Amino acid sequence: MGKIILDVKGLTTKYVTRFNEDVYAVNNVSFQLEEGRSVGIAGESGCGKSTLALSLMGYYFAPLHYMSGDIIIDGNNITQRDPNDVRKNVLGTEISYIPQAAMNALNPTRKIIRFIEDVVRAHEPKASKKDIYDLARQRFEVLNLPESTLHKHSVELSGGMKQRTVIAISTILSPKVLIADEPSSALDVTSQKAVIKMLNDLMDLGFIKSMIFITHELPLLYNVTDDIMVMYAAQVVEKGTANQMVFDPLHPYSKGLMGAMLVPEEGARDIKLIAIPGTPPNLKSPPTGCRFAERCKYAMPQCKVYTVEYNDVENNRGFRCLMSENELREAYAKEGSQ
Amino acid sequence: MSEKRQLCLSGKGVTKVFGHGRKKTVAVNNVDFEFYSGDLISIVGESGSGKTTLIKMLLGLTSVTDGEIFFMGKKRDIRSRKNKKEYWNGIQAIFQDPYSSYNIFSKIDTVLLDCINMRGGRRFPIKKKIEMMREACSFVNLKFDEMTNKYPFELSGGQMQRLMIARIFLLRPKILLADEPTSMIDACSRATILDYLLKLRDEIGMTIIFITHDMGLAYYVSDSVYIMERGKFVEYGSANEIILNPKADYTKQLLDDIPKINNPWEFSRNRRPAETGAS
Repeated sequence: MGKIILDVKGLTTKYVTRFNEDVYAVNNVSFQLEEGRSVGIAGESGCGKSTLALSLMGYYFAPLHYMSGDIIIDGNNITQRDPNDVRKNVLGTEISYIPQAAMNALNPTRKIIRFIEDVVRAHEPKASKKDIYDLARQRFEVLNLPESTLHKHSVELSGGMKQRTVIAISTILSPKVLIADEPSSALDVTSQKAVIKMLNDLMDLGFIKSMIFITHELPLLYNVTDDIMVMYAAQVVEKGTANQMVFDPLHPYSKGLMGAMLVPEEGARDIKLIAIPGTPPNLKSPPTGCRFAERCKYAMPQCKVYTVEYNDVENNRGFRCLMSENELREAYAKEGSQ
Repeated sequence: MSEKRQLCLSGKGVTKVFGHGRKKTVAVNNVDFEFYSGDLISIVGESGSGKTTLIKMLLGLTSVTDGEIFFMGKKRDIRSRKNKKEYWNGIQAIFQDPYSSYNIFSKIDTVLLDCINMRGGRRFPIKKKIEMMREACSFVNLKFDEMTNKYPFELSGGQMQRLMIARIFLLRPKILLADEPTSMIDACSRATILDYLLKLRDEIGMTIIFITHDMGLAYYVSDSVYIMERGKFVEYGSANEIILNPKADYTKQLLDDIPKINNPWEFSRNRRPAETGAS
C-alpha cells in the first residue's frame, strides 16, 4: 500500500439558492487516494460529481459553501484556510483542476507562454522569463507537444490541441493531485484518446502523483483509472477497483449504470439495455433512508426508514446498502437466470 | 425476406458546396445512399464530416447544390411551400440540443397542440385533443397534468428530449431523422431515450436515420451503418459487418479510438489477461 496523498473525511458542502434554501450537493463524502493511483467518479448528471471536484480544491466561493469535513493533502488540512492562502499555496502546486470546457478558458489575445508565465509567477514572483520558458519547453517536449505551440495564440490551435495545452499549463507546477472534470466530453474520439494518453503520461512520468477523473462515460473510465467511485444524490454509493466495478458491481445503482454501457464489441447487441426507471431525488429535500430506494428493484420497506451507512467490504472496496454482499450477489444471480 | 423491401429515401450524387472560388468548401461530396423503410440506419462520423449538412439537405432546410433526392420512389419536389409542408408530414427530426429545439414563448401544451393541428386535427373536439396529448405524454412517461402550465425550459435535458419523442408520437412521420439525440445527456438517461425511440419505431413503424459519433450506440441500435469521412461515405453495410470486420482504414482507426471494455487501450492500467472474459 502506497502513501496516502489525498484523504477526504466526511466532506459536506452546500449550495445556497436565491430563495435561501440549502442544497447539500456533496454529503458526507470520504475516500482516500494513494500515491500513483487514479480514481474515477461516475454518476448521473446532477449527482454532485462536479461539485465534489470544486469542493476538493478547498477554495469556496458563493453560492458554494463549506459545511464540515477535512481534506488532507499530504498531511496538510486545506479546509478552513484563508482563500488567498489557498490560492497561493494550494492551487497549482498541491491540487490542480481542469474544468469541463477548459479549452475555452484561454484568452484569445495572449500567447500560450504568457499563461505559463502567469501560473509560475503566481507562486514564484521572481522567476525569470528565460527560466519559465525553459521549464515550459522541457515539459512540452516530454508531453509530445510541439514547442511552436508556446508562441501561438489559442485560436490557432484545434480543440484537442487546446485541451492538451490547458492540461500542460495547469500541471506545470507538478501538483500532487490533478482533478480532471470531463476533460474530453467536447472532443471527438481521436482527440479524446490523445488527451487521455497525455494524462496517463503525466502520471507515468511522475509530474502528477494522483488523479481524479470525472465522467459519466463508463467505458472511458474503465480505460483511464485504477479505481471507480459511483455517486448518487450527493453520496458515494460504491467504490472499488475498475475491474471489480465493471464486472462485479454490488450496489443496485452501480449495477444499473453498468447495464447502460454501450461498446462496439462482439455480443454487445445481444445484451438488452436496461434503463433505471424514475429520476434522482430533489436534493432540496432528500428522502429519509436510502436515497436510491424509490428507484431500486430490490427495495424493502425498511430501506425508506433507516439511514444507510457506507460500509467497507475489504480494503478499497465498499458500498452503501442495507443488503449484504452475498444477498446482493444472490439477487443478481437469480435475476440473471430468469 | 420474401417481400421486396420498399425504398423510402434515396439519393444520387448528392453534393453540397459552401462558398465558391478559392474559399469553396465541399461539405458533402457526391454521396449515393439507399434507405429502406422500416430500417434503422446509422450515419457515423467525426465532427466536421458533413453529417449534419446531409441531414439538413434531407429535411429540406438547406438547398442541394447537385444531385437528386428521391422520397418514396419519387423525385422530391419541395419548391413550393405547400409541397414542403406535405413533405414534412412524412419526414421529421430530433436535434442534438434539446434546449434550443423549442419555441421559448409557447407552453408545453401549445407545443403538443401544434403537432395535432399539423396532422389535420384542427377540428377535433378539445376533449379528444387533450386525450391525445395525455396519451403521447404517458408514452414517454411524462405526467401531462404537471406539464400543461410549464414552459419547455423548466424541464431537464432528458425530459425535454422525451417531450421531443412525444411530439414525434403525435406527428407519426414515415421517416425520423435523429441528429445525435443522446449526445447532450448522460449515459443513464441515454438508455431511456433509446428505449422510447425503439418502442416508438415498433408502434408506428417508421424508418429512423440516426446520426451519431458514438460507435457503441450505432452498433447497438442500427441495422445498417454508413461511415462518413470528409463528406463521403467510406464504408457501408450491416452493423455486424462494419463494426466487427471493418475494411476501410478510417473505420479501423475510429474503432481503435473508442474506449472498450474487453479490449482496453494499450496504455490502460486495467488490461485484463485474455483468458478471463466478460462476466
